[in-house]
Amino acid sequence: MEIIQQVVFVAVLAATVWYIAKRVRLITRAINLGRPENRSDHPDERLKTMLLVAFGQKKMFTNLLVGVMHFVIYAGFLIVNIEVLEIILDGVLGTHRLFAPYITPIYPILIDVFELLAVGVLTVCVIFLCRRFIAKVPRFQQERHREMTRWPRTDAAIILTAEILLMIAFLTWNASDSVLRDRGVGHYAELKGIVPDFLISQFLKPLFSGFNDTGLMVYERTAWWFHILGILSFAVYVTYSKHLHIALGFPNVYFSDLQPKGEMQNMPEITKEVQLALGLPVTTEVGGSQTNDNGEQPPAEIGRFGAKDVQDLKWINLMNAYSCTECGRCTSACPANITGKKLSPRKIMMDTRDRLEEIQQGWKANGYDYKDDKSLLNDYITAEELNACTTCQACVNACPININPLDIILQLRRYRVMEESDAPASWNAMFSNIENNMAPWKFSPSDRFNWADQVNE
Amino acid sequence: MTTEKTYKVPTMADMMASGEEPEILFWVGCAGSFDDRYKRVTIAFVRILNHVGIKFAVLGPEEACTGDPARRAGNEFLFQMQAMSNIQVLNGYNVKKIVTACPHCFNTLKNEYPELGGTYEVIHHSQFLQGLINEGRVKVKDGQPFKGRRITFHDSCYLGRANNVYEAPREVLAALDADLVEMKRVRANGLCCGAGGGQYFKEPEPGKKDVNVERVEEALSTGADTIAVACPFCMTMMSDGVKNKNREDSVRVFDISELIAQGQGL
Repeated sequence: MEIIQQVVFVAVLAATVWYIAKRVRLITRAINLGRPENRSDHPDERLKTMLLVAFGQKKMFTNLLVGVMHFVIYAGFLIVNIEVLEIILDGVLGTHRLFAPYITPIYPILIDVFELLAVGVLTVCVIFLCRRFIAKVPRFQQERHREMTRWPRTDAAIILTAEILLMIAFLTWNASDSVLRDRGVGHYAELKGIVPDFLISQFLKPLFSGFNDTGLMVYERTAWWFHILGILSFAVYVTYSKHLHIALGFPNVYFSDLQPKGEMQNMPEITKEVQLALGLPVTTEVGGSQTNDNGEQPPAEIGRFGAKDVQDLKWINLMNAYSCTECGRCTSACPANITGKKLSPRKIMMDTRDRLEEIQQGWKANGYDYKDDKSLLNDYITAEELNACTTCQACVNACPININPLDIILQLRRYRVMEESDAPASWNAMFSNIENNMAPWKFSPSDRFNWADQVNE
Repeated sequence: MTTEKTYKVPTMADMMASGEEPEILFWVGCAGSFDDRYKRVTIAFVRILNHVGIKFAVLGPEEACTGDPARRAGNEFLFQMQAMSNIQVLNGYNVKKIVTACPHCFNTLKNEYPELGGTYEVIHHSQFLQGLINEGRVKVKDGQPFKGRRITFHDSCYLGRANNVYEAPREVLAALDADLVEMKRVRANGLCCGAGGGQYFKEPEPGKKDVNVERVEEALSTGADTIAVACPFCMTMMSDGVKNKNREDSVRVFDISELIAQGQGL
């Protein structure tokens, strides 16, 4: 019996690791579809930002109560999973509470902390479900936000429910295990007198008073297996879910923008053209010495101006899309969205990820060279959405993990204006005014200084 | 207005002709040059500059749009054409320090020109005025004419979120001895007036409401009689919003430099 459990466990663990590795490779390939850009500069500043914003969750505390609740889940889930190390070793070696005899004095303290956090995680997950589905916090509702379709809402419910079930399994496993130890059943007797009752699960022991020894062992094994299989399935599921932020949030913040929010990224390939047009010496090396993550030189030819599809965006934009947990803080802060326009920064990120997922489906069916005839622009994001952006950076400011939806919006705008010449008519008028009159309005440049005549009036 | 005093607006060309160099270049911007309402802000600021005796100059007819609205709308070519030409002019005059009353010009000159070869010390007029107040060079006369007035400050995105300038305009207003009241969405959470990103130059997309109306409703709910701004586009959007709410008789929109000029009797 024991050996069968061990074999099954090792097989399941290996399959999970293999599958997650496959998923990681696929997602990495998808992110690397983006244009290369060096984001390894200023490592000190980047590390500091990651410690503050990702580890410290600084921006989550804008709303103190929600910030504290999220921190409980974050810290809880992270720390409770230390216990997973023991569980995995127990599973592989066929042992039971492997660490207990070696760290006897601190073992119960550790489990007490894990249990306390488990209760915290459980409580907050229940509150979060209530916020979404009973209190109906507006940013999660489809009636208010069209991107909150069935799947994103289901995804959130699955995640929160799974976390609740995992925590229940962990607590009741400890409780049933304690009862078995009390009764001195089989190998459970070995830890009698070594491992005491735990902080929370001791109160769950009465639940099992009616169980006979066999029933109790069945429950103990079931809870143990449910807990670990749950965690492994969760790890696989996360790669398909908005919940991927638990992993990508950290690198995403590390590689996030360091420049002032108002600064738009320069296009060196245009600088060269403009310098030639104005008869100035050309100072920029297009493509430069930039290399992508694999150390490869980017292609020498100039691609399109701006972005039409995900391949035209930068890899960080695509990592942003995979890191987005669809919380909607960006959209709640967006002046266009607040006043009923179609633009939603969250939708920009979700569309980008959906487009990447679609490309992956194409790869699976037709190989990695496959190209379909769809694009992020038009098939996912419309001109009406792009044109509504005031570039106010409220979305960038609001994101707890420094995602930048504005950067994607602006690159798509560049494509529409420079490649498709498809700007709104009044923008074209503004462009021609700037070009001809050196001001966005139709005034004569020679009148520019006329205001000075009124200084002494 | 004082008639005996003569305010001067020297240009860089004048300065160069007489072999002088100004301490600072005042970048007026398109709105400050052409928009009737914002010209009054330009004039107020120039009077303050004269009043405190700062050696400044403007580019006058040699100034051109920084290219900001073109860049945000997606026209990178046009932006860079404007930027390169302006940089040639600025570098030609050996400009070191620039002050401007437009947060969009401020952001572009400060953050986006360096990569194209134009590196200057760029400050916004709110920071400049804050400096003058801190140095005691500008003093608002006791309690006049702001005593008992309620002022609320509207953060402009390209000053606030874009460049983290939140305190300077507030410190300038604090010198007025008025009652400063804050809106709900302020500083990093400030709500845009609706003009940025090229919106000023086109009709808004279909929606429930205009952004400036949403913002003005918030400003009015503070009970302020004065909405202070520090940006020409915010100025227009907030003024239009006040008109939309039929409150133009009781609520006025002023740039911070106008309020300081009023306090100085300029």
